[in-house]
Amino acid sequence: MTSRSESRAGLPGWIYLPAAVGGVFVILPLLSMVLAVDWSRFPELVTSDASLQALALSLRTAITSTVLCVLFGVPMAAVLARSTFRIIPVLRSLVLLPLVLPPVVGGIALLYTFGRRGLLGEYFEAFGLRIAFSTTAVVLAQTFVALPFLVMSLEGALRTAGRRYEAVAATLGARPTTVFRRVTLPLVLPGLASGAVLAFARALGEFGATITFAGSLQGVTRTLPLEIYLQRETDPDAAVALSLLLVLVAVAIVVAARGRRIAGAL
Amino acid sequence: MRARVVAALLGTVLALAACGTGDDPTSETTASTPESAETVTVFAAASLKAPFTQLGTLFESAHPGSTVEFAFAGSSDLVAQITQGAPADIFASADTANMDKAVEAGVVSGDPANFATNTLTIVTEPGNPKGITSFADLTRSDTSVVVCAPQVPCGNATSRIETATGGDITPVSEESSVTDVLGKVTSGQADAGLVYVTDAAAAGDKVTAVPFPESADAVNTYPIALLEESQNPQLASKFLEFVIGDEARTVFAEAGFGAP
Repeated sequence: MTSRSESRAGLPGWIYLPAAVGGVFVILPLLSMVLAVDWSRFPELVTSDASLQALALSLRTAITSTVLCVLFGVPMAAVLARSTFRIIPVLRSLVLLPLVLPPVVGGIALLYTFGRRGLLGEYFEAFGLRIAFSTTAVVLAQTFVALPFLVMSLEGALRTAGRRYEAVAATLGARPTTVFRRVTLPLVLPGLASGAVLAFARALGEFGATITFAGSLQGVTRTLPLEIYLQRETDPDAAVALSLLLVLVAVAIVVAARGRRIAGAL
Repeated sequence: MRARVVAALLGTVLALAACGTGDDPTSETTASTPESAETVTVFAAASLKAPFTQLGTLFESAHPGSTVEFAFAGSSDLVAQITQGAPADIFASADTANMDKAVEAGVVSGDPANFATNTLTIVTEPGNPKGITSFADLTRSDTSVVVCAPQVPCGNATSRIETATGGDITPVSEESSVTDVLGKVTSGQADAGLVYVTDAAAAGDKVTAVPFPESADAVNTYPIALLEESQNPQLASKFLEFVIGDEARTVFAEAGFGAP
């Protein structure tokens, strides 16, 4: 969206002041937390059985959720960006709704869908499938909140890329599936990558929907954010140490994403 | 594309802001508490919400011109807020451990007084379809049970009962608060849960309570204390006396609390 001529034109000087205030506002609390870490206990706190299980569960579920987001989000973004049905703008608003909903509302909504007494949960129950209190419930909660991030960023990429190459490929006799696979997808790959990273980050940090819908049990549903919330009750030091661990994982994702975006641009 | 990412991040911030406003009791009280000599600010455990709200109204009508402001939250959150300088006159805790923390931090003035007790009860879906009649039934493999995590007071009580009886529950979830346990039972996600008698009473016919004798092994005592930083110690002391008095006793009994 940013054209090259715009970025070369230079910025007005005053803009740096609010930008710096905003930057400090984001960075300062993280710094304060780093300063609050009890370093003598840090290794022991982050390598406890409960912490490691929570971290492993968080990574496992966030990866699974990201895969699901890509599987369903790519077709969704393609439909939203390319389809011309009248209902599309309405659908877009509905699909992006989880972005503005407080996660706890998402959790309640999932409960009434997949819970034991839920709209679909009742049928699952009849087949002996129980989602409540399982790792599946965690993945569902994470996918629910993360999917709009991937759809939104990929749809933007699709619109920016335009349909010229697709049209050319079609006139050369390529079938829609071939066009989608060989032209559309490669064009928006950087957008897909950053969308997937956003979705992964959102899934990793998911708390409200998980605690409302999935419950909290070590190794099954207690992800790192839930473990932090629980540790805070009795051991604030442990909560701070685990928070830092989560920040480190988040930083690693951002760095990895940046590297990938540069690679994509090249 | 980048603009969309920014919009996405903005969306998250908005969502965060939306869920942040609800659970910060200090902002509520500080915003609505004028520096008036006739206001008492009470930080009280979430489980005290119903009886304390009622007591506040009774106290206000007995002392015309006075106002009682409440902030209800988990006891450990309240201790953290008070020690960080939140303006409060009185602290009522759901267990002695959190009151001890406040005393150790030096924020309490005088000795805490115990004013109520609470015990655990089993709650099941209405009508008790799984036929749960005893604490031992919770260890059955065909029953999904939700309890509090050992880190929070209700979970601590649960562990004490397990130790005393030798019964070992394998829960499907260990929640961070007793209201979450109750929620999992009222929404039908779990077959049974262990909550306080008072929570079961407040839930009415959404659950069936199954009292069990072993609950006497873990009685939670609620202490209340005047705070060092109180802006209005005189009126605050009057409210404290009122809470530990006979009239309040009836209110607590109606809500299911036991005598200290």
